[in-house]
Amino acid sequence: MGGFLAGIVGACAEAWQEVRIHKGRVLLSLVGVAVAVCALSGAVAMSAIAQQATIEQADSAGGRAATLTMSMQSPDTTATGRSQATQAWFDVLDRYDIAYATRVLWDQGRVQFPGSVQDVNLQVVDQPYAEMHRTRMDDGSWFQVGDSSRLAPVIVVNTAFWELLGSPALDSHPSVAIDSLGGAKAIIVGVYGTSAWDTYPSMYMLTSHFEQLVDPARAAQSSPQYEMWVPPDLARDLQGRIQAELSSALGSSGSVSVDRTDWGAQMDDPTSILRVITLVIGGIILLLGALSLLNIALVTVRQRIREIGIRRSFGATSGRVFFAVMMESVVATFVAGIVGVICAVLLVQSPMVSDLVSFGGISDVPPFPVSAAVFGLVAATLVGALAGLIPALIAVRVKVIDAIRY
Amino acid sequence: MSLIELSDVTRTVLIPDSDPLTILDGVNLGVEPGERVSVVGRSGSGKSTLLNLLGMLDLPTTGELCFEGESVPDMKSGRRDRVRGGNVGFIFQQFNLLDGRTALENVTMPLLYARGPRFWGRERIAADMLDRVGLGHRLTALPGSLSGGEQQRVAIARALVRQPKLILADEPTGALDVETGQSVMTLLDDIVREENAALVTITHDPAIAARSDRHFRLDRGVLTLADDIVAVS
Ligand SMILES: Nc1ncnc2c1ncn2[C@@H]1O[C@H](COP(=O)(O)OP(=O)(O)OP(=O)(O)O)[C@@H](O)[C@H]1O
Ligand SMILES: [Mg+2]
Repeated sequence: MGGFLAGIVGACAEAWQEVRIHKGRVLLSLVGVAVAVCALSGAVAMSAIAQQATIEQADSAGGRAATLTMSMQSPDTTATGRSQATQAWFDVLDRYDIAYATRVLWDQGRVQFPGSVQDVNLQVVDQPYAEMHRTRMDDGSWFQVGDSSRLAPVIVVNTAFWELLGSPALDSHPSVAIDSLGGAKAIIVGVYGTSAWDTYPSMYMLTSHFEQLVDPARAAQSSPQYEMWVPPDLARDLQGRIQAELSSALGSSGSVSVDRTDWGAQMDDPTSILRVITLVIGGIILLLGALSLLNIALVTVRQRIREIGIRRSFGATSGRVFFAVMMESVVATFVAGIVGVICAVLLVQSPMVSDLVSFGGISDVPPFPVSAAVFGLVAATLVGALAGLIPALIAVRVKVIDAIRY
Repeated sequence: MSLIELSDVTRTVLIPDSDPLTILDGVNLGVEPGERVSVVGRSGSGKSTLLNLLGMLDLPTTGELCFEGESVPDMKSGRRDRVRGGNVGFIFQQFNLLDGRTALENVTMPLLYARGPRFWGRERIAADMLDRVGLGHRLTALPGSLSGGEQQRVAIARALVRQPKLILADEPTGALDVETGQSVMTLLDDIVREENAALVTITHDPAIAARSDRHFRLDRGVLTLADDIVAVS
């Protein structure tokens, strides 16, 4: 319908002219609207970023949504018993075609650093671990798929570990001797990122290398956790089935537990109180802006009764007059909304603020969330429509013949 | 068929604590396409009320009002507005230009309520129209910076920009001196003739009235033929 489009475009053109002419008066209230929109969408954006940071930290500990973690206690604590449990787990992975899965074992290692021998944390994992826990690499790379078949063990270490070695360049293939694993020389292939206060040296090693090197007596004392990363909507179903299958594989005297450990995805947003406060304040500013806009619109609509009469006598329908007056507020607040959102983007993406909300670094620094920008614009537009409603109702009640009488 | 026709039209208004006031009383008037009609009358005789009825801005209290044979009171208000926009152009005594809007924006305004090529080509059409009234060089001038004669020429361009069939002019020269008034009327006559539109002029100036084909006098709401006014052209 060409007429419909012409009507919309025409009303917007009229409204824009009107805003331009009264820009002095309109500007002040729009500053309020822009500030409010900036606060609102900034608050939404910051909380989204903070949430992302929290989820990432939680994920690095508990795995991404949805992670199922199994621990199995075989009645047989010998090597046979352990490999029986591991075999049952591999069968499950095959049956359900699960690509991301890892064993996780915590241990202590003793490592020879230049000038000293120190205890370090040792986490024994499989290659998919990094993807499942969003491990962020500062230097070098995580284990590759083929690394488990390498003869020399490879390790990924944290910054504290790397600095104890004197921060060697990784392309020179630095290595360390691990006393607790028979003095084996391990090559460092990567340095992973942690928070600045993680000062205790830690390292990751692949399960296959660990099993070749570890003293069997020591291995018998600990059993790994088994993790798998599954689609969240299937998690509940799989949890029950895997529990049943592993139980029957281990026999009645074994014990199996299967739990969801991706608590990050289920956790509440820790910034929610801050967000609510900002939203409330922003909402109040927005309402005040709307009120002053309404006030201005009421004054101008009275001054414009003659103009409305003239427009009516040249064919403007009352619906069109209503729409055009309403659009004046909407066009104005929409423009203010865009300004507000741009300010919010600049503010939130400034390094100082993003550091503040992200607790010191996250791997995927999210771009300014689109939802926050849309939220700000929608709020501004709605407020404009509300502020425009009353003047628009007055405008359609104008009696044309009285308005053009002089 | 008449372009617009009033048959036995009465217009009364209710006044608080008093008898209803009769402004128009038994008016019969048909305006034919392309015809020029003048109405003279004293102040308060009901001239503007008559013009509002012809322009479908007002409705008769009793009697019939038809535009091209269609009853105006029976039209839905939106349709009445659109019929008016497409067929009627107003010229007012006080020009009634939109303040703060340039000459071009004023002339563009009626085209905002058109559709199709007239809507999308509105700026060019309006600029051409201003050129025709001799103001092609003052497109961006604001009404305040134009003389009375120039303002009325902008108003003429605005009234004619949608090529209406009926032009209604309410004392178009009332705010102008005699000489400027005559030249504005000459311009209006010429353009109306080129466009083949009908023109109803309300005036108290017999010299202006004499430019029309038919002449009426309105006296206390009663419309009669004015035989004493002789057409000059
Ligand atoms: N809505 C109304 N309520 C009350 N009285 C009205 C109304 N409309 C018109 N009148 C009265 O009706 C009479 C005719 O009004 P109208 O405006 O038609 O006169 P006019 O001939 O155009 O006068 P003028 O030459 O001064 O413009 C006037 O006395 C006016 O006061
Ligand atoms: Mg009058």
